[in-house]
Amino acid sequence: MLLIACPYCGERPETEFRYAGEAHIARPHDPSALNDDEWVDFLYQRANPKGLHVERWRHIHGCARFFNAVRDTVSDRIFKTYEAGEPRPDVNAVAADVLAKESER
Amino acid sequence: MQKFSGFSLIRQALSGHQGWQAQWRTPEPKASYDAIVVGGGGHGLGAAYYMAKEHGLKNIAVLERGWLGGGNTGRNTTIIRSNYLFDESAALFDHAVKLWEGLSQELNYNVMFSQRGVLMLAHTVHDVQSFKRHIHANRLNGVDNEWLSAEEAKEFCPPLNISPGMRYPVVGAALQRRGGVARHDAVAWGYARAADALGVDIIQNCEVTGIRRGVNGAVEGVETTKGFIGSKRIGVSAAGHTSVLMAMAGVRMPLESYPLQALVSEPVKPVFPCVVMSNTIHAYISQSDKGELVIGAGTDAYTSYSQRGALHIATHTLDAICELFPMFRRMRMLRNWGGIVDVTPDRSPIIGKTPVPGLFVNCGWGTGGFKATPGSAHVFAHTIATGEPHKINAPFTLERFRDGLMIDEAAAAAVAH
Repeated sequence: MLLIACPYCGERPETEFRYAGEAHIARPHDPSALNDDEWVDFLYQRANPKGLHVERWRHIHGCARFFNAVRDTVSDRIFKTYEAGEPRPDVNAVAADVLAKESER
Repeated sequence: MQKFSGFSLIRQALSGHQGWQAQWRTPEPKASYDAIVVGGGGHGLGAAYYMAKEHGLKNIAVLERGWLGGGNTGRNTTIIRSNYLFDESAALFDHAVKLWEGLSQELNYNVMFSQRGVLMLAHTVHDVQSFKRHIHANRLNGVDNEWLSAEEAKEFCPPLNISPGMRYPVVGAALQRRGGVARHDAVAWGYARAADALGVDIIQNCEVTGIRRGVNGAVEGVETTKGFIGSKRIGVSAAGHTSVLMAMAGVRMPLESYPLQALVSEPVKPVFPCVVMSNTIHAYISQSDKGELVIGAGTDAYTSYSQRGALHIATHTLDAICELFPMFRRMRMLRNWGGIVDVTPDRSPIIGKTPVPGLFVNCGWGTGGFKATPGSAHVFAHTIATGEPHKINAPFTLERFRDGLMIDEAAAAAVAH
């Protein structure tokens, strides 16, 4: 079970949370201008990377708020959580930063 | 190929079993092939076999990153059934069941296909309505499926608890008698041996690291850890890693990869006569010929490639198993593992062409791909060899998401949705 640091409540067990898929997929500003392929990309196609993934979680049994996380999908390690609305971080820099701090210790 | 029979067994026994040959070769890759299948699971090996057998292609390679059947082929709970709701799915999965019925003879390899019946339990009024709808739809499609009362279900599966005092009492069940289980490793090995005998090169420990495309966009071959291998036809059959492979060709997929867990108990004498599934309370169980109870849990909540999952998922399934089969409450579990399943938005597979000429994909089987192995392999072989889909897999295109022609089997598929 993952320990997830909700940016509002702190570390809590995974069972308090609901996963909500890939983050930073913005709804199109002018939906009627999209063609079918662009709709497919927005609705269905996902990065699904093997490695660092930016994803949404919701603390459904806590503050009930959405937030984002950077997680490695191979080790399932969460490198960072941040509030919804913050810009997408540079995932490689985030992971490198955490690992560098660890090796200093 | 050394043919297996009772006679050959006796003859080898007399010579101390020293005369058995390796079941397939270990070739080095050639510079190029007529067709390459990426992924040495049941679906990929089967596709190579049917291409060689039915479409006359002889110069075929199967590339496998690890060992044969080491992915989801060797990680599933081996349940086989075809009681799917929609016409398209019923045709696809029943095609598979028909091929399963003759597979051991066809491959001269005992895949231990056992049609012991798959019982799907109904616990609520909604379940009853939904299962009866499935039964009627299945009958119209020529797929056997029948309704049992709770008492009849208990008669078919005596360990079942049908006490009305349960938290989710069993109110009835749908039974597909042609459903059952098979030995998953044997399926991979049987296809590998039969394909090898037809000249297919099976190359293990060969990871694809890139897909090379020419100036016209068509595929030219694959970069691998054993060097570049050329081919104008590439079939990707890589389950959970499909998104990663397709990204190498610049194709984004409507897939997400989740860990799906399973576990087995210590082996015991035969105690469990059939397969029982409960979608509502998340459990499925059968007993292997070795005696272990094979139990399937759900998918984890998040996408992952870790091939393991959280303990609370398995625990949740065992809660249901203990409620349904009180006699297993003191059974000890031996092993627990995960496989990475690629899930599509409509929970139906994608088998067909891609926007890249010469590149074909067979993926999106989600939590229920093993049952389809022979059927999937058969129609995928047709698709790669002829360049056009077989009529059975024609509806399962990648474009169905664009065109709104989804095959929304969410209710009919396994428990994890």
